[in-house]
Amino acid sequence: MFKRSEDRKDEAHLDQQKREQFEARVLPHLGAAYNLARWLTRNDHDAEDVVQESYLRAYKFFGGFRGGDGRAWLLTIVRNTCYTWFQQNRPRELTASLDDSANNIESDAPSPEAELIKSADRKLVTKALEELPLEFREVLVLREMEGMSYKEIADITEIPLGTVMSRLARARKRLQQSLAPNVSREV
Amino acid sequence: MNCEETQELVDAYVDRELDLVKGLELERHLSECDACSKRQATLLALRSAVSSVYHTPPAWLQKRVTSRIRKVSKREAMARVPRVMAWRWIGVAASVALVLVVSWSVVRLSVHPSPGEVLAREVVSNHVRSLMVDHIADVPSSDQHTVKPWFNGKLDFSPPVIDLDEQGFALVGGRLDYLDSRTVAALVYRRNKHVINLFIWPTDASDTAAQTETHQGYNVIHWCQTHMSYWAVSDLNANELREFAQLAGSKYSQTTP
Repeated sequence: MFKRSEDRKDEAHLDQQKREQFEARVLPHLGAAYNLARWLTRNDHDAEDVVQESYLRAYKFFGGFRGGDGRAWLLTIVRNTCYTWFQQNRPRELTASLDDSANNIESDAPSPEAELIKSADRKLVTKALEELPLEFREVLVLREMEGMSYKEIADITEIPLGTVMSRLARARKRLQQSLAPNVSREV
Repeated sequence: MNCEETQELVDAYVDRELDLVKGLELERHLSECDACSKRQATLLALRSAVSSVYHTPPAWLQKRVTSRIRKVSKREAMARVPRVMAWRWIGVAASVALVLVVSWSVVRLSVHPSPGEVLAREVVSNHVRSLMVDHIADVPSSDQHTVKPWFNGKLDFSPPVIDLDEQGFALVGGRLDYLDSRTVAALVYRRNKHVINLFIWPTDASDTAAQTETHQGYNVIHWCQTHMSYWAVSDLNANELREFAQLAGSKYSQTTP
């Protein structure tokens, strides 16, 4: 019942150990966290807030982190924090439907599509990506920017693996449409 | 592998999610099919376009996050200290309470000692008082047959008076005293220069073995025998006083009808 001084030393030691581990395993993924938050919120300031909030949450729940990929674990928290943030600040964003009208376009035409996409400047790509629905943005960011596997994306976004694949395919088609519209229309 | 299959799998292929066998089949098809390889090129172009717009956090953000985490960590450590302190204070309070209870009991015992102890102290006091005044015996006599009758009419009982001169305990005399809220017989013996007061009065208590106590440097021996309560007190050493008590006890049992 009475804590001896060694116990308190142990606890102080554990506090320090926890912080050191956190700084070694989670803090290095700040770039990925910010990138995801920035693409989901589409705003610097909001992304900064979300990242700070996410890190505080991550630290709080670090005891439940059972090793593995610190980045995937952190991105799960960032995504959840973003969604909470959306609920509080931009509820309309979450209810936006995934308009699949553009999905039926065949895009396998032999064309200079790749060339067109390559020639698109960052501004255009940014605009195209930001115009995508939230669900498409997040799978594209996780797949194309973070190189996450379908399984990891499924875990982070809490959707089935098959949905990850179909959503990713649709997201790519939408993006392709935006970046190479003329070619797509020709088909 | 045909175009249809390839179109289905090419996304997974560029995402490195295809197994090796399927991957090799698909690669063979891509090398032969212009349309399908264009699709692959498009996907790769999309990837490079998307990854070109990676957002880099401002430099201050990492510092801010680090310092906030450290603050939380410190707060957690601080929050633990008062909890420990609280337990400590509960511990201290419990210890203090325990000490209070124990010492209160001790004090209570010393302030309100057991009846036997009260009586033992009273016995010692009376013994001391008898030595202070120059009047240790109302009936100064070494003759038991003088002393014993003297009590007649003065007490509501007849105390046994025995002669232990041969055993080295000379009878000095007898006296009335007051103990345990009653008048009692006090017989005075002497061993060398040590005075022994033997207080006697009737009791309902059954016989008890002799118990030796020490109060204020005086030895006190108490026993009950044939409905008489005996208290022998002296500055004599405990062994000799015990010897006195044993001798007296055996004599009483011989003389008792």
